[in-house]
This record gives sequence, C-alpha cells and structure tokens, in this order.
Amino acid sequence: MISQNIIKIVQKSNKCYFSTTSNEVLKKTALNQLHKDLGAKMVPFCGWEMPVQYPAGVMKEHMHVRKESGLFDVSHMGQLRIHGKDRVKFFESIVVADLQALPAGHSKLSVFTNEKGGIIDDTMITNAGDSLYVVVNAGCADKDISHINEKMKEFKSANSSNDVSMELLENLSLIAIQGPATESILQKLVKSQDITNMEFMTQRLMNIAGIDCIVTRCGYTGEDGFEISVPSSQATRLAEIFLATSNTSNDTGIKPAGLGARDSLRLEAGLCLYGHDLNDDITPIEASLNWLISKRRREEGGFPGASIIQKQLQKDGCPQKRVGVIVNGAPAREGTLIFDPSTSQEIGKVTSGTVSPMTRQSISMAYVKTPFSKIGTEVNVSIRNKLIPATISKMPFVPTNYKKL
Amino acid sequence: MLKTLTRVGTQAFNKNLFSFSRNYCTRYTTDHEWVNNIGPKKYKLGITDFAQKQMGDIVYIELPKIGDSFEKGGEMGTIESVKAVSEYYIPIDGKITSANDKITEEPEILNEDPYGEGWLVEFESDQSGDFSELMSKDQYDKYIKDQN
Repeated sequence: MISQNIIKIVQKSNKCYFSTTSNEVLKKTALNQLHKDLGAKMVPFCGWEMPVQYPAGVMKEHMHVRKESGLFDVSHMGQLRIHGKDRVKFFESIVVADLQALPAGHSKLSVFTNEKGGIIDDTMITNAGDSLYVVVNAGCADKDISHINEKMKEFKSANSSNDVSMELLENLSLIAIQGPATESILQKLVKSQDITNMEFMTQRLMNIAGIDCIVTRCGYTGEDGFEISVPSSQATRLAEIFLATSNTSNDTGIKPAGLGARDSLRLEAGLCLYGHDLNDDITPIEASLNWLISKRRREEGGFPGASIIQKQLQKDGCPQKRVGVIVNGAPAREGTLIFDPSTSQEIGKVTSGTVSPMTRQSISMAYVKTPFSKIGTEVNVSIRNKLIPATISKMPFVPTNYKKL
Repeated sequence: MLKTLTRVGTQAFNKNLFSFSRNYCTRYTTDHEWVNNIGPKKYKLGITDFAQKQMGDIVYIELPKIGDSFEKGGEMGTIESVKAVSEYYIPIDGKITSANDKITEEPEILNEDPYGEGWLVEFESDQSGDFSELMSKDQYDKYIKDQN
C-alpha cells in the first residue's frame, strides 16, 4: 500500500494546474542532462521534465537553502519582453501593478486578472528601461501568451497609433540561486561590480565568470537570492560554476535543490503557488494580495475585473480570505476541509500544506470565510475523518530574510 | 535462547543480534512492513528500507495507543513524508503493547534506521500461524524486485 500511495500523492502534490497527458513528450530545459548527472529524480511538471529532488533529499536541500545557498532550475518558467512606447499603458490594462511608479531597474510582483477579477497568473515584471521584462509560470505560459496577444490586438485596434509588441525569450534559461550565503558567493564570481549595494527586487546586467546575464534580486524561498537569465547555450556552464562552489567538507557553497524543496520553502515563506493557492476564480483581495494594488490603481481601476476588486476592497466586501493555518497534529494537505468548532459548519479549505522543515509544525495555506480569518482564530481541520484543532496564523511561517540596504 | 537474549540484551547487543535474528524470525508484508517475532506472542513492527526510500524524508508519524486492538489488516496509523502520506497496517490480529514515541519527535530516525531505532510498534498476538504465512526475506526481495 505504501508504494502505491506514495506515487499517487507525489503526483498529486507536484501536479501542475494544467495537467499534461501521459502521451505528451516532455520538454527539457538546458540543464536536463546536468540534473540527471547529479542523480536527480525527474518528474513531469507542467509539461516539463524537472528534478523533484537530488540524492540529498528534500529536507537537506531545504535546510541548505535556509543556511547556505541552493540552486534551482526555473527555466520552465516563461520569459517575455514587452516592447513599444505604449508598453506601460498596455500592461497596466491587463495587470494590477502600478507600472508608472516602477523605476527603471526595479521589479514588482503582480497578477493578470480576468473580467471576474480572478487571477489568470501571477507574474514578475521588471522595468528594463526600454522594455518590460516579464516572467510567468510554466503551467500558465501558453495561456498567458495567448491572453496577452488577444489583449494586444484589442489595444491596438482601439487606437491605431498604440505601439506595443511581445517578444518570447525562448533562447534564455533561468537559474535561481537562493540563501543567505548567496550574495558573497556570487560576488566572488562577479569581478566588475559591487553587488552588496544591489537592492531586493531590482535588476542589473552582470557578467558572471565571463557569462553575460540579466540578474534580478528576487526569489521564491523567503531568502535573499538572485534569479539569473542566461543564454541557454551557457546555462549548464553557469550552473556548473555555481555548483563548483560546494564544499562537502564543511557543507558550504551552492548545492542543487529540486521542486520538492522549492515547494516547502515557498510555503514557509507564505508565498502562493498558482493552481493551488491562486486560480481563475480567486481575486487578489481574497488571496490577501491587496498590497499588489497601489492607491492610484485602486482608485482608477483600468484592469480586468476592476469593479469587482474595488467592491471587495470596501469594508466587509470580501467573502473569503487566504490565511495561514498551524495544525496541532498531522499536516493538513491540499483539499483538507476546515470547520468552525462551535457550530461544526464548514468554513474553508486548505490549498497547500506540509510539515515545516524549520519549525517542525504542520503549516498550511487555506481560504476561510472572512469572519474566521483573524489571526488566532481556533478552527478544526478534518484529516482522515478526524477533527484536529488548528489556529489561523500569520504568514510567513518562517521569517523572511530579504536583502535590506 | 535467541528470544531470551533479545529480551535481556542491551541495546547495542540487540543491534548486533538483529542482523542474525532477522534471517530467522522477521517476516514481510505486501504493504512493506517488517514484523519481527521478539518473544512468545510478542511482535515488533516497522516499515522496510524500500518503503522509507520510496517515501523520502519522513516528517510526521502517527502511532496507535497502547492497548489498542486491531484485526488483521487494520490501519494502525499514518506516516507522512515531505510529499507523501501513507497508512501502515497490522498483518495479524494484535494488541499494541508499546509504541516508539521517540520517532514522533524525530521522524528522520525512520529514514536513518528503519529496521532498528525506527521501529513503530510492539504488539501481542495469538496468530502465530498467520505470522508464519507472511513473506520471508527472500520472498520480499523478489516481491519488490517484481514491483520495479
């Protein structure tokens, strides 16, 4: 029973929102052979063959990122560039971000919304000076690209002088290096500039050990770190240079980390995973992502679903909220139902959950009816037909460690 | 004599004895539990090395209470790894006499030493006949080989 269950659950947990059929040929990133050479366990993920873990295992990989530095292949994510003089005006018509207020060289998390105010995808947008550099989720890339194309057609037909175009950066790979030791390790490989004065959520062009890269100080782990866009022809060489910093005798340097560690790290950091914690039916307000929408954009709207989102921003306007939950027992996984202990009524559902490798607590992200979303609220979760006490808790579950100047 | 030694032996001694005893009185289930006959009507149970490897890093273990009785095939508890949850079962009728509380504090012990410190429960059972029908080491090795 054990092995059958494992296979089922691993597939479910790593399941991509837009599942692929088993017949489909999986796409491979430029680092595919390197992962296999490192002994990674490869799994299908959003149409890609990706490493879920390396021989060290999820727990060790997770802890190494928190203590030192880990390398993630995130090349399956879509990299785009939006050109044209009306790019900001156009992009503000499809995302909630205040791009007018985004200085050159700075990056911002945002969401594409649909007419219902639901989230089509979350995305990282950088003002790259003469263009917008955009990163989208692997599983959403195809639908995002068609969505952008469709909206671009509307935008241009509304006014023939509107100037905007999209470039798919298909020859670029994306490598994330994350963890408290990352800055000092990367600095040794970057001779031409001081990176210690680089702010979190900013982007620079950087020559790393002779390879020209676009480097954004950001990540998905709650740690300081960098996401490095590199020509695919140079990706393996760059990854090998990073991994060569690993020193087994004192357990320092950059070590590879897979999708398993990426998931537990982002959950500890309280970061959403699209298709699980976010989807087309959930608005950014329900997702407790109000902070993504600036005062100007709240007032002016101008993005799909703005009227619904504006209503939800009013007092008592939002029916449900994304919250953190700490369970006093077994981990509450995705789909676990949440109940009001006093009335036994169902009040919500877990969207992600695991045991925190750092705190050893059972941590979950969940949606609950707004009256139950206050931190400290006692609830019950139903795990294998048993009601287990749990508490609505603040996120992140583990303090974030972002670069502060 | 083997059984007497096991009962009175120190832990270190037990460990040495273990590889020896395993060949003689350990049986395996199709659910990847091992069961060790440690004395008259007394059994110790854990999950196999194959099972812990399949599960990966174990993070949570739910144990039954001392005194709980289960019928053959009954679910005694669950084991969760970072990415998986799995039940474990009693392969013969039995009543729990001991549960390894240490592994609920340090679940990684189950990965590190599944046949030793990572045991799950001890139980009493009258069903020695059912026990002897479980798989031998050789049969189990063949069983996991056939599964792969």
